[in-house]
Amino acid sequence: MEGLTLSDAEQKYYSDLFSYCDIESTKKVAANGRVLELFRAAQLPSDVVLQIMELCGATRLGYFGRSQFYIALKLVAVAQSGFPLRVESINTVKDLPLPRFVASKNEQESRHAASYSSDSENQGSYSGVIPPPPGRGQVKKGSVSHDTVQSRTSTDQQEPASPVVSPQQSPPTSPHTWRKHNRHPSGGNGERPLAGPGPFWSPFGDAQSGSAAGDAMWSGHSPPPPQENWVSFADTPPTSTLLTMHPASVQDQTTVRTVASATTANEIRRQSSSYDDPWKITDEQRQYYVNQFKTIQPDLNGFIPGSAAKEFFTKSKLPILELSHIWELSDFDKDGALTLDEFCAAFHLVVARKNGYDLPEKLPESLMPKLIDLEDSADVGDQTGEVGYSGSPAEAPPSKSPSMPSLNQTWPEMNQSSEQWETFSERSSSSQTLTQFDSNIAPADPDTAIVHPVPIRMTPSKIHMQEMELKRTGSDHTNPTSPLLVKTSDLSEENKINSSVKFASGNTVDGYSSSDSFTSDPEQIGNNVTRQRSHSGTSPDNTAPPPPPPRPQPSHSRSSSLDMNRTFTVTTDLYIHTGQQQAGVVAHPPAVPPRPQPSQAPGPTVHRPVDADGMITHTSTSPQQIPEQPNFADFSQFEVFAASNVNEEQDDEAEKHPEVLPVEKASDPASSLRVAKTDSKIEEKTAASAPANVGKGTTPLAPPPKPVRRRLKSEDELRPEVDEHTQKTGVLAGVLASQPSIPRSVGKDKKAIQASIRRNKETNTVLARLNSELQQQLKDVLEERISLEVQLEQLRPFSHL
Amino acid sequence: MAVCVAVIAKENYPLYIRSVPTENELKFHYMVHTSLDVVDEKISAMGKALVDQRELYLGLLYPTEDYKVYGYVTNSKVKFVMVVDSSNTALRDNEIRSMFRKLHNSYTDVMCNPFYNPGDRIQSRAFDSMVTSMMIQVC
Repeated sequence: MEGLTLSDAEQKYYSDLFSYCDIESTKKVAANGRVLELFRAAQLPSDVVLQIMELCGATRLGYFGRSQFYIALKLVAVAQSGFPLRVESINTVKDLPLPRFVASKNEQESRHAASYSSDSENQGSYSGVIPPPPGRGQVKKGSVSHDTVQSRTSTDQQEPASPVVSPQQSPPTSPHTWRKHNRHPSGGNGERPLAGPGPFWSPFGDAQSGSAAGDAMWSGHSPPPPQENWVSFADTPPTSTLLTMHPASVQDQTTVRTVASATTANEIRRQSSSYDDPWKITDEQRQYYVNQFKTIQPDLNGFIPGSAAKEFFTKSKLPILELSHIWELSDFDKDGALTLDEFCAAFHLVVARKNGYDLPEKLPESLMPKLIDLEDSADVGDQTGEVGYSGSPAEAPPSKSPSMPSLNQTWPEMNQSSEQWETFSERSSSSQTLTQFDSNIAPADPDTAIVHPVPIRMTPSKIHMQEMELKRTGSDHTNPTSPLLVKTSDLSEENKINSSVKFASGNTVDGYSSSDSFTSDPEQIGNNVTRQRSHSGTSPDNTAPPPPPPRPQPSHSRSSSLDMNRTFTVTTDLYIHTGQQQAGVVAHPPAVPPRPQPSQAPGPTVHRPVDADGMITHTSTSPQQIPEQPNFADFSQFEVFAASNVNEEQDDEAEKHPEVLPVEKASDPASSLRVAKTDSKIEEKTAASAPANVGKGTTPLAPPPKPVRRRLKSEDELRPEVDEHTQKTGVLAGVLASQPSIPRSVGKDKKAIQASIRRNKETNTVLARLNSELQQQLKDVLEERISLEVQLEQLRPFSHL
Repeated sequence: MAVCVAVIAKENYPLYIRSVPTENELKFHYMVHTSLDVVDEKISAMGKALVDQRELYLGLLYPTEDYKVYGYVTNSKVKFVMVVDSSNTALRDNEIRSMFRKLHNSYTDVMCNPFYNPGDRIQSRAFDSMVTSMMIQVC
């Protein structure tokens, strides 16, 4: 066999037909009898049929295998389209309409041909829909619907344009669809209620109301075994009863469908729109649904979560499988929640199902939530029908618990209203269908809205930059301190070390582009203070963008960001060792270079005021520590500061700060940091800090050295020391708790230290400048002197004269 | 263009398995079952890396003379196995990937259904139809 490529629609259609013909259920061979009947229904001249059979190889094989059957069908379509029957034409003919097997209406076929091509897809999908869809609603009052349908069928359709698909056998999964439909065989095929399939059709952009009707009718066929219907298909004229419609429906469907499509899609649409849409929700029903919705979700614009909906619909005692299918149909946007529209659709489907209608394969047009207002008036009209369900089932009080009984009560009412449904014309689905697909696009479900990520500034914020500028300009200490103060307050709020550290510290660091990172360092160093600072610094940014890369600070001999980084890394390591509690601390890997504050190193002995002077003095006292500062400076500074601050402010406070900090902060990074720092500062005598950490009530200066030394021992000891600290902090916590300003004071310490650092740097700069100037002056003076001497030499001879 | 599509749960029992040639289904079932070993092997191979880094698409699991078996695993260890006909040489890797993506999307839709209990067999019609569209076109 030649390779045969089938479109989806064709595939479905063919498989359905094959199933139909496969009465022996061999799934391989189509009964010749059936096949012949089918071909006869194709209304092709017998010689053409013979030719087809020959081409497809059936005559060769003697039976119709699946492939042969498919090829034959394709050839039928080819023939019906008027193309010459060739083997090549199977694949060469593009957009071949599905073969039509119609009992009559040849003239329509041609028209249908065109429409078929376009509808082929619909058909295909429709065939998949086989299960009697909308027909359900129509089933109720078949006669009524039929009548209306008939009127709708408009032009020529006389045959119910049920999808050609081999309905009965095709959807094995939906046997229940064939459940008894009360559909009454409509008078004529044309009467086939279009409404039923209408909704389905519409989604397919099919303007074939007729076919829809056919479908509806088709589904209306209740129990008659499909086979029977199929058998009669060749015989039953379109006007046959509905029961026999199935077979006829096949033909009719095609013809009707084609007719509908062929003739005037628009007309049909319009007519269909006037048709009774079995799936349309009446006002009463709508109101009832809305009330039920309210019981679950008072906000009509809100959503019903899946679990609540599950509970609710489970009460309807429908099998879970069907409920699952109903959910699939009604949850339009697949968000796991039901909007009001979706809920109404689901409820409607449940009601319909309860009344015996089969579930459609696709959501009926009328039940689709209108996301985009695109339909024409007809559709709108239909849609609006759902509004204002007056006199809703009074017996169905909207309450979940009694919902079941109430629902049951409503069932009969629903049944009554089914009439209304049937009278509704089929929606002008075609127009809608085309547009409806658009509505499928991204339902505007606010709940399902994608959560926009909160933009996080990755670059220093303006404020931050300003702060940094301030600092750079070496304004007064206040500048840094102010941000610091701000920061500390923020810090106390959160411990966004990473972000904040990066930014906040910028404030403290003079002109450190990397102040961000720098701030992180000092924060770490300054324990919570630093951290707080950084946080506060970043508070304006909150989300603190990553700090800019550290800028080289050649002018700053001491507190270079690099140093700070180094220091922080050290601290972090130590911190880690000490069982850091905060990941954030670790996150400051680059760490602020240790602030070379040798002045602070000797802190213990010096009661350093929280100011630059103090720092300077400290530095002077411990010049030897300067070189070591890179790694220790921070620690010593802060600790000393803490100590000094403590001294200045409150002895206990200062000490408590470090302790409190750990206590305050979930993690005890500060203390641990301090501890770590102390370790790193082994060489330094940052005793001041140590004592602060230790929280010894004694003068901060005195104890610091000791703890520092202790810490020098090993990092392991840090832990116990940390524990000590924590213990002490615990003891002091109570006291500290009463000191709300503790964090601030700690922050102030940091700030003070940083301020002092800044001041020192400024002083350095000034001195350097002065030095250079003096040097220059010296040079000038020397030159002058030389010149004068020369002059003197020159003049000497004269003098002698 | 698949001949058989299967959805295997985390515990390695099938949630959904369907093959096109309805006869000889057992052969496909067996193939899928044996491919699970390969899937596990592939998962554990990159198990060292974080789950995020793990590719969902596993690629060709193993070829036989008639068929090729492709695998795909989700982050919840739900596996999709697809058996394609070897004669279908036109099938490119990208196509297989897109088919798996469709499967995955349909599977998540099924999951979203509150009436679906995770671990049940998948009986969603939408899922069925999607799989049908992927199955080999008979001819």
